[in-house]
Amino acid sequence: MADLMPDMIAGAKFKYVLRLADDQLILGQRLGEWCGHAPTLEEDLALANIGLDLLGQARSLFTYAGEVEGEGRSEDDLAFLRQERDYFNALLMEQPNGDFAVTIVRQLFHAAFMVPFWSAMTGSSDKTLAAVAAKSLKEVEYHLRHCSEWIIRLGDGTEESHVRTQAALDELWGYASELFEMDEVADEMLVTGVGVDAAALKDDWDATVDAVLARATLNRPEDSWSQTGGRSGQHSEHMGHILSDLQYMQRTYPGLSW
Amino acid sequence: MNAAAASHATTPEAAKAWAAAASVCDPEIPVLTLQDLGVLRDLQLDRDGKVLVTITPTYSGCPAMLVMETEILKALREAGFEKVKVETVLSPAWTTDWLSEAGREKLRSYGIAPPVRASSSRQALFGKDSVDCPQCGSSDTERVSEFGSTSCKALYRCCSCAEPFDYFKCL
Repeated sequence: MADLMPDMIAGAKFKYVLRLADDQLILGQRLGEWCGHAPTLEEDLALANIGLDLLGQARSLFTYAGEVEGEGRSEDDLAFLRQERDYFNALLMEQPNGDFAVTIVRQLFHAAFMVPFWSAMTGSSDKTLAAVAAKSLKEVEYHLRHCSEWIIRLGDGTEESHVRTQAALDELWGYASELFEMDEVADEMLVTGVGVDAAALKDDWDATVDAVLARATLNRPEDSWSQTGGRSGQHSEHMGHILSDLQYMQRTYPGLSW
Repeated sequence: MNAAAASHATTPEAAKAWAAAASVCDPEIPVLTLQDLGVLRDLQLDRDGKVLVTITPTYSGCPAMLVMETEILKALREAGFEKVKVETVLSPAWTTDWLSEAGREKLRSYGIAPPVRASSSRQALFGKDSVDCPQCGSSDTERVSEFGSTSCKALYRCCSCAEPFDYFKCL
């Protein structure tokens, strides 16, 4: 990698870690919205717990992103004090909760991707990312089990739950492909041994999702449209609303800390 | 953890510091010490009397880490150690395998079923653990929820004695 300047690599790594942190932060924030509203008390606890795991992973990643950047930004600075265009989560994470089926399908798409992603990341040449990966892998394996069971229960449940879950699959399908996207930043992280080849995880994701859908008597949607943009900060109209909630305290009381 | 504990007993002072840190209880499961849980990973006492304690979270988002840190600082101060730093590490990742035998027994008598498997695996995608009721010992139990009152627990119910109970998840 003699043609890459060290500060260019650091810049790419900062962005790479930030993307990963933003994915977990924004999905965790979405899951938190269910708190007090889930269909049953047990699911209320489950979604809040999963959101908490993701928030914990995001905290480790934000802290590390701040270290990599080297400009003294803390985890809170990065989580709360950026403009919408400076968040780099995949569009899937910011999609509204919808009904319970939409939330669970979104979770399946995320968990089925993060399990092989973190698994590959445990072999990263970057010790911090490898450690976060080993920790997070155990958590998303549990998340995957939880949402898979729900997909089966909903798909193979009543006519109503089947129809709604199929509709959720059709609605979110076009957002899945962004997870496997590779670009300059991701490529640079891959060749330096830091990152993961996301495109290569597609087979694993397909196998997991197909197995769950088959048991759930649901149809795998046809690949047609797909939407991308989150990795370069171009978000759907939902992102601003999430941030107005997420950043409310910091915007109202700038610099507030516990 | 017993091996780890032994390695800190190189000097009487170090053993004293370890004993103080090891006596701190988990704020969510007050019958378990941080040593029972395997959350307390290391303790170094240097020549100037400075103590460096290393802990690891059970789950990434465990909200009890700050309380644990505060309690460790307090316990060490009471044991006469003023210069104490607590460091949180993620690697190696915590596993329920680090729960001590004594810890598993304490959990059971407190009414929480200890983890049954060695640790989580992908074969468990659709599988369920067979968990014995900590109250009556029956294996006729059913899972109510994958998630319970804290990140590390799931909720079960005994079909024999009808008691609901917490199950400490495998991780």
